Amino acid sequence: MDSRKDYRAPLSQQPLTIEKPTDLTAIGGTITVEINEKKVVVPLGTTILDACKMAGISIPTLCHHEDLCIAGVCRICVVEVEGMRTLQASCAFPITAPIKIKTSTPMVRKARRHIIDLMLSEHYGECYSCVRNGNCELQNLAKEYGVDGYTFGHVDKPRYEIDRSSYAVIRDMSKCILCKRCVRTCIDLQEVGVLESIGRGDMTHISTFLEKPLSDVICINCGQCINRCPTAALRANDPSDEIWRAIDDPKKHVVIQTAPSPRAAICEEFGMEAGTSLTQELNTALKRIGFDKVFDTNFTADLTIIEEGTELIIRLYKALVGKDASVSLPQFTSCSPGWVKYLEHYYPEYLDNLSSAKSPQQMFGSLIKTFYAQKNGVNPEDIVSVALMPCSAKKFECNRPEMADSGYKDVDYGLTTREMAKMIKEAGINLPEMPKSHFDDPFGEASGAGLIFGATGGVMEAAIRTIVEFITGAKAEDIFANANVVDVRGFDGIKYMEIPLGDKFGPVPGLIAHLVPNWDWLKGATLKVAVAHGTANAKKVMDDIKAGGKFSECHFIEFMACPGGCLGGGGQPIPTTPEIRMKRAQAIYAEDESLELRKSHENPHITKIYEEFLTEGPCSHLSHKLLHTHYVKRGKYII
Amino acid sequence: MIMEKTKREGSVIFSEYKRGEGIKAALGKKREDILLELRESKIKGRGGAGFPTATKWMVVAASTAEIKYVICNADEGEPGTFKDRVLLVDYPELVFDGMVIAGYTIGASRGIVYLRGEYEYVRKPLEDYLESMRKDNLLGNNILGKDGFDFDITIRMGSGAYICGEETALIESLEGNRGEARNKPPYPVNTGFFGRPTVVNNVETLAAVSHILVKGGDWFRQHGTDKSTGSKLFSISGDCEKPGVYELPWGTKLSEILFLVGAKNTKAIQVGGASGICLNKTQFDRTLAYEDAATGGSIMIFNESRNMIHILKNFMEFFVEESCGQCTPCRIGNVKLLEGVKMIQSGEYTFDYIEKLIDLGRTMQVASKCGLGQSSPNPFISILENFKDEIFNGNGGYNG
Repeated sequence: MDSRKDYRAPLSQQPLTIEKPTDLTAIGGTITVEINEKKVVVPLGTTILDACKMAGISIPTLCHHEDLCIAGVCRICVVEVEGMRTLQASCAFPITAPIKIKTSTPMVRKARRHIIDLMLSEHYGECYSCVRNGNCELQNLAKEYGVDGYTFGHVDKPRYEIDRSSYAVIRDMSKCILCKRCVRTCIDLQEVGVLESIGRGDMTHISTFLEKPLSDVICINCGQCINRCPTAALRANDPSDEIWRAIDDPKKHVVIQTAPSPRAAICEEFGMEAGTSLTQELNTALKRIGFDKVFDTNFTADLTIIEEGTELIIRLYKALVGKDASVSLPQFTSCSPGWVKYLEHYYPEYLDNLSSAKSPQQMFGSLIKTFYAQKNGVNPEDIVSVALMPCSAKKFECNRPEMADSGYKDVDYGLTTREMAKMIKEAGINLPEMPKSHFDDPFGEASGAGLIFGATGGVMEAAIRTIVEFITGAKAEDIFANANVVDVRGFDGIKYMEIPLGDKFGPVPGLIAHLVPNWDWLKGATLKVAVAHGTANAKKVMDDIKAGGKFSECHFIEFMACPGGCLGGGGQPIPTTPEIRMKRAQAIYAEDESLELRKSHENPHITKIYEEFLTEGPCSHLSHKLLHTHYVKRGKYII
Repeated sequence: MIMEKTKREGSVIFSEYKRGEGIKAALGKKREDILLELRESKIKGRGGAGFPTATKWMVVAASTAEIKYVICNADEGEPGTFKDRVLLVDYPELVFDGMVIAGYTIGASRGIVYLRGEYEYVRKPLEDYLESMRKDNLLGNNILGKDGFDFDITIRMGSGAYICGEETALIESLEGNRGEARNKPPYPVNTGFFGRPTVVNNVETLAAVSHILVKGGDWFRQHGTDKSTGSKLFSISGDCEKPGVYELPWGTKLSEILFLVGAKNTKAIQVGGASGICLNKTQFDRTLAYEDAATGGSIMIFNESRNMIHILKNFMEFFVEESCGQCTPCRIGNVKLLEGVKMIQSGEYTFDYIEKLIDLGRTMQVASKCGLGQSSPNPFISILENFKDEIFNGNGGYNG
């Protein structure tokens, strides 16, 4: 029963992961247990919690989370197992014998009530002044168990100072109930390992290395901890008050760009089933709130494909034809600011592999305060540029000092899906009921390729659609059914794909034709690409590259910091589960299929911007000035 | 060897034993027979929980895993116990031989002593002792000429956390992690040190095993009671003339102990350390045994000059600090119990609320993740129950 396969430090927060058996024959069959005197057949090794779910019995949980390994620390899920003196945590108890379980005895109910009472006694704050009011697991439990007073008292002062040092994540440990989901998220799910339990007994709290503020440790701002926090102990740094101020200021020209993932998820904040896209309803709502212009980040996603794709071709040419040893391959995507910071901290020696192209958010930021400002005669000084993102790391990204190539702060505020929903509600708007409207010019609608940036594999798929058409002259539809590159889709942690480019060539379009003297070197070549999402998977790929393994032979690798890609980002609605992320992905892919325009290079607005503004073409001087950037070797130590 | 060896009296643990004797006896037997011998002896774990040693070993012996471990729990953190130190200092041969026997029986080749952080000064002499065992081929490869039986012992230091005496927290600590109890099941016998089947035994259990191998399970069973076989080392401290480590058969009455150690005007006896139960005069005819007043060895005697609520406060402060802090009932529950004790001291309490706290203590006993939280309410519940006249009637005074 050796279930601890992976011995990486620190393991303390990973007590004995019990893998859920899926293949019954592989694990030796099933077992019959009695739950509340009803017989249930379950696979051997199933936890009591899962067995109860199968039997339709609900058990309250707090520290348990579908994405995370088992902790068994909150004890709210305890049940009685016949013959055992103590109650058992159902989330952590694997069934290996025909036991008899009771889930609602007086002892169980009393224990659960006591545990809630104890948590409430140390949980500082009142629900009505809390950002998670109405979406708090502790509050729900208190309601479910009819708590009508503080049996064991209630703290009247905060025990810990709020850590507001990070651009992305605010830590309010006085609200922490020590479920350790954040710790397990950070160490196990993301393998970043910024958060850990510190202190013993009643001094136990979650903190960072040497109890430093979050801004001074190697946090990558992915915000996955926020998504899994049952209370408001972790929350995003909310700029909505400043945005309201800008909107209310008649001198300010407030524009917003919206990323693809929030549209596929914001419905959840309005009580709708996950997986309903509200793209055009959102456009109307944003206008009614008072944004002067609403732009589609997918436009710069398309632009990213052109710039990043061009960069890749240049790199490949230099390395393969020019035998230039200084060129770093594989090229890594740079759209995910969590991933970028992860690489800066953990693998700074690979920064040259990172595409110099900015993320779509930052590209848009510099275009708005240059191209758009010129075109519309707006003083860039008066523009307040907001980005609606599924992401908490975008808040950090827009505050990076180098992100001011327009001469101003390129993007003023990064706003999460949750915060946007709050603003919409505050404005008295019921989003699902909004009429539909389009994005504003001069950027207009973008392609489906930009849209699927929201899902893991999306950047790669978009790039493949464009690159194969650029090089082979064939239509992506002729190579991939319906232009869907399914091999890079889905939630497998790491995906790998080889694309033979064949012998039929060109003509290579004028946009990039001038980049290399001739294109014959690509004849018969095979493009090797990979996709990894979640930094734990990124780590596997990076370690393989370091060791000279299969991924070191790749040409292009997409990395996303968050599990599932942006749709599972740290700014997305809470809760998050594999099922919810799946539905968001379905919404994104369905919207892509419904569009006429599904390739970045076919986007007429892209063609136009290269005609009107970036006239020297992709990866040219101006594009480098505005659309590309550089990175910081951070390492694991921060001064 | 370490200090001048005090001559100690006892019928089992302190009976005659020559270094290597037990190992020799074990190597002459089949592994199954050793397990049967242990089962015959009916020996149960000496650390406090009282799990049958033979059963524990059998599970690990039956495992087909290639790598297995023997861990000697020498964390001895329970307030009021010091008998393991005596064994390690004066009778290391018993403990180490027991580990070698365990290694042979279950098929392990590595033993680890998890030594209490405060016993740092014992480490060097023990290392020297292990070295001398290696010289005599009582450790190392092909021990005593037994082909293929390799076994060695290393000593690792704890760092002073009480929780690390809990076997799974101990293993976490050994692995280099924060000392926190794991979920059970799976137990260490299945998934222990670095995921391998592991036997974790108390120092005294291993010492007893060495004797059993030489003298037999029958002999061992002749001591003690039916359900609690053998004898036990008790660490006796507090208000008495002759505190110290005593070997007495299980089944000894508390009143006999009081006589033996010269305790006078005894008001209370805390059996089993801070996490044990506190008994009053009317309960002194109870016997020390797994089936009656169980203990890992700690006996604390308090005479009439002591204030029970002070004693309780001391215990609860200990648990508030020493809870590992991972599970809710233990981390916050102990704080609430301590608050209750302070309320009683100040006189600002209601019986209704104290009842609620006792009820909470009962929840902690069944809902906490490990033995720490499951036993920390014991002194709270037993002292308030057994000394309610003193505590709630003001006879003993709770304002000083």
